[in-house]
Amino acid sequence: MSRCDRMVDVGRRRFMSGAGLAAAGVAVTSITPIPAQAATGAARVDYPVNRLANVRDLKLNEPLNVSYPDANAPGVLLKLGKLVPGGVGAESDIVGFTTICPHKGFTLNYGAGDRTMNCPGHYSRFDCEAGGQQIWGQATQNLPQYVLRVDDKGDIYAEGVDELLYGRLSNVL
Amino acid sequence: MAYKRQIDRLPIIPADAKESNVTCHYCIVGCGYKAYTWSASTQGGTAPNQNKFGVDLSKQQGAETAAWYSPSMYNIVRQNGQDVHIVIKPDKDCVVNSGLGSVRGARMAEMSYSQQRNTQLQRLTDPMVWRYGQMQPTSWDDALDLVAQVTVAVMNDMGEDGVFVSAFDHGGAGGGYENTWGTGKLYFGAMKVKNIRIHNRPAYNSEVHATRDMGVGELNNCYEDAELADTIIAVGTNALETQTNYFLNHWVPNLRGTSLDKKKAEFGSEPVERAKVIIVDPRRTVTVNACEVEAGKENVMHLAINPGTDLALFNAWMTRIADKGWVDKAYVDASTTNFDQMKAANKLSLEDAAKITGLTADQISKSAEWIAQPKAGNARRRAMFAYEKGLIWGNDNYRTNGALVNVALATGNIGRPGGGCVRMGGHQEGYSRPSDAHVGRPAAYVDQLLIEGKGGVHHIWGCDHYKTTLNAFKFKQAYKKRTDMVKDAMMTAPYGDRPAMINAIADAIKKGGLFAVDVDIVPTKIGEACHVWLPAATSGEANLTSMNGERRMRLTEKYMDPPGQAMPDCLIAARIANHMERVLREQGKPEVADRFKGFDWKTEEDAFMDGYHQHEKGGEFVTYARLRVMGTNGFQEPAVGLETTGPVAAGTSTGTTTGEVLKGPAIEGARGKEPVQKKGAPTSGAVSPASGGAERILGTKRLYADGKFNSKDGKAKFMETQWRGLQAPGKEAEMKKFPFLINNGRANITWQSSYLDQDNEFVTDRTPYPYLQMNPQDMDELRLKQGDLVEVYNDNGSTQAMVYPTPTAKPKQTFMVFAQANGVQGNVVSPGVNEFIIPNYKQTWASIRKLADAPEGVKHLSFKSLDYTA
Repeated sequence: MSRCDRMVDVGRRRFMSGAGLAAAGVAVTSITPIPAQAATGAARVDYPVNRLANVRDLKLNEPLNVSYPDANAPGVLLKLGKLVPGGVGAESDIVGFTTICPHKGFTLNYGAGDRTMNCPGHYSRFDCEAGGQQIWGQATQNLPQYVLRVDDKGDIYAEGVDELLYGRLSNVL
Repeated sequence: MAYKRQIDRLPIIPADAKESNVTCHYCIVGCGYKAYTWSASTQGGTAPNQNKFGVDLSKQQGAETAAWYSPSMYNIVRQNGQDVHIVIKPDKDCVVNSGLGSVRGARMAEMSYSQQRNTQLQRLTDPMVWRYGQMQPTSWDDALDLVAQVTVAVMNDMGEDGVFVSAFDHGGAGGGYENTWGTGKLYFGAMKVKNIRIHNRPAYNSEVHATRDMGVGELNNCYEDAELADTIIAVGTNALETQTNYFLNHWVPNLRGTSLDKKKAEFGSEPVERAKVIIVDPRRTVTVNACEVEAGKENVMHLAINPGTDLALFNAWMTRIADKGWVDKAYVDASTTNFDQMKAANKLSLEDAAKITGLTADQISKSAEWIAQPKAGNARRRAMFAYEKGLIWGNDNYRTNGALVNVALATGNIGRPGGGCVRMGGHQEGYSRPSDAHVGRPAAYVDQLLIEGKGGVHHIWGCDHYKTTLNAFKFKQAYKKRTDMVKDAMMTAPYGDRPAMINAIADAIKKGGLFAVDVDIVPTKIGEACHVWLPAATSGEANLTSMNGERRMRLTEKYMDPPGQAMPDCLIAARIANHMERVLREQGKPEVADRFKGFDWKTEEDAFMDGYHQHEKGGEFVTYARLRVMGTNGFQEPAVGLETTGPVAAGTSTGTTTGEVLKGPAIEGARGKEPVQKKGAPTSGAVSPASGGAERILGTKRLYADGKFNSKDGKAKFMETQWRGLQAPGKEAEMKKFPFLINNGRANITWQSSYLDQDNEFVTDRTPYPYLQMNPQDMDELRLKQGDLVEVYNDNGSTQAMVYPTPTAKPKQTFMVFAQANGVQGNVVSPGVNEFIIPNYKQTWASIRKLADAPEGVKHLSFKSLDYTA
């Protein structure tokens, strides 16, 4: 099984476990913070589908500042020139990440030299070529990565995030 | 792809959620946390009046906000039999961590037992016994009866020396004052067990005998001293990874220069600057890198000495400082003895030390300047000395420890702001036991005795020799053989026929077998060899008191139920005592049975009041009710009074208070603080208000602030500590025979032996195998690629690790993560110890060869540098 396959394997630890995905979804609903919608609410938040850029806007190994899922959630798009986990586009090399450190909310710096995100607050480092895996650091999450899609025109859309963003108890506020 | 939880929102803590004080379960630093619990059927909301924080949670919160928690800080657990949501998040108001959470502590909630969310289902829920060829659940009474019957049978046959014990002596999870007292009262009170060892070493001894023998308790300063020091000397401590928030919250401000205002306020006109740091470590760690990032390379001196040569460096420092006239003569005259003898004995020139350490003479003289050259206006330089396992598990522990304390004393740096000579610590501390004087010194080398076939029954408390001892490969082979003999014998009798079963076990023991009882919270590796497992509760599943590396004592309040039938260790010890008393009476031995009285505790608080409250220095002031009021800041031991009484007891022993035990027991009953035990009742004269009283407790910020030390004459004694090469038998030959140094220690992401982390997907995703940091040139020579599994082997044994290319590693000097189940570094550590049976884990040499290409679980890993770059 390739590592990319594992990205969709959300069941490795389901939020509410001991049941299949559908059942897990129902269980989540019972503890969502929106009681009025509990009867019909979705298991997960509804992410906006936002156009972040066009593939032509990206230059190899140069971060392009974006925000997702709203203007208060800064992130980057990166074209890494080789197939990477979560990568989209013709070369499966385009990825997007939040730029807010999931440890204490400091702004991460991109290190083009080794393609990592680095936190000046407490020295955490995340590997953009390994699905945002924390190389070393104090965050208890790997770096939230965007679920991306590229359409026929080369427009890059974000459609979701795979971890909770720092500073919000719901990724979509 | 890296592990992702796919969680995009979390339940909100309602305004009326219950709040409990929590000290992190894990490392010595003891960060303050709060646990919030509320009914599983309710939830808070985003409006300020609907949540605990009183803020609008529909808005993005800023950096360092208190109003956010990560998925790892959340879980659903049982509390008083009901399902509750729980959030355990760092406490911004705790002076230790100021809201910081480490990658270890900030996972406490996720590392809790939750049937609802499938976390830590590895936890033991029932007593288990070897029955019909496998471990099977049973009742407490059945398991305890078996333990008591076999233990009494062994005592009858071999005396108490046939009872072997391995027991934690620390605080935090798997320890604490309640539980060290419970086990201590059983083995040192009811019994006088001498074949006992501590969780991480093969004997019952102190890791720092030398400093104690000199009259200097090893946790003598406060964390604020790291903010006040002119120079921090860090010896064999990788603080960023192993005391993370002490480093981040108290060292970094001084490195950045942001504690200058604090220095000015404390020291008036004395010249102050940002800190300089000297780091003594053969390896370039992430701590070295972070210090350079914060303080600038010009303020950081990394002394990458030849492994095991610290002692020569310290003696050279001492010689240089004395030659330059930088000794604090007034302090030495007033508060110490034996200076001249020490100076003469330890004399070592810069050149000779350079040859031994591999440093240059200039590096040694320059570092001596940073330590002791007076500042402008002839003001004394304030130097804080911090050391940990690089020294403690390093070559010639006793002398090396003494040599460092020599330098600290000579420069007047103990008991003063910005100073201290302290161990950094591993676990929190929480030692309270009756005298261990009968153990003797040197204490019995318990692991060797077990290998040699001694002893008949082995009680194990929160220890896992298979992962965490030296000579582990041979230990495991011998231990398995002996315990298998008993397992096989147990198969010959019906389990329900207790007399037949006891006879079968006793027969096997007479033939060299060993009956083993494992008390733990999870199944362990050594537990695979045991015949009984007793399930213990951990921190938060019971009330628990401990102190941190600045002697800060807190109460972690019970916030959830223990799994199944699990109980706190102190109550398990009490119930073993109850059963042993019964069995002894049934056997017509009332005089022996009477020794097992006094274990009628119903709760952990009973054990606390019987132990710490009655026996520890200042304990008369300390109750659960008062600790609750003191919250996550607690007080610094020893307690000297209450807010209502003022200070009524001396915070530091001068040796003049009658009744205190000085120099007695093998480890002075102390871990870190001094001197703890008193003979008889408290003598301070303070009336301890009824235990319901909730007055604030007064503590002690620094030890020895009055210049009086822990000795009969109140003076610290300099120690003669000549260099004698690699001290432990066999190490010199091993170094010559095998090409690679297998340096070893802990890594940031995992706590201790990974006993909980081994069941945490975030951690196992990143470290499926212990890594072996290796210079790329060495990898090329052995044709290794990143992630390859290699065998590390020498004459002691063999083990495996995963190669992590590390350009900053010196050629032929590797570093392997210690105490991991999937590759036990201790397998290749020789049995050689020092004169007090202290192991020398760090100086280990071995060969390396490839076993296999990176397995599937390794292919997704990042192997990039651990070092932050701006």
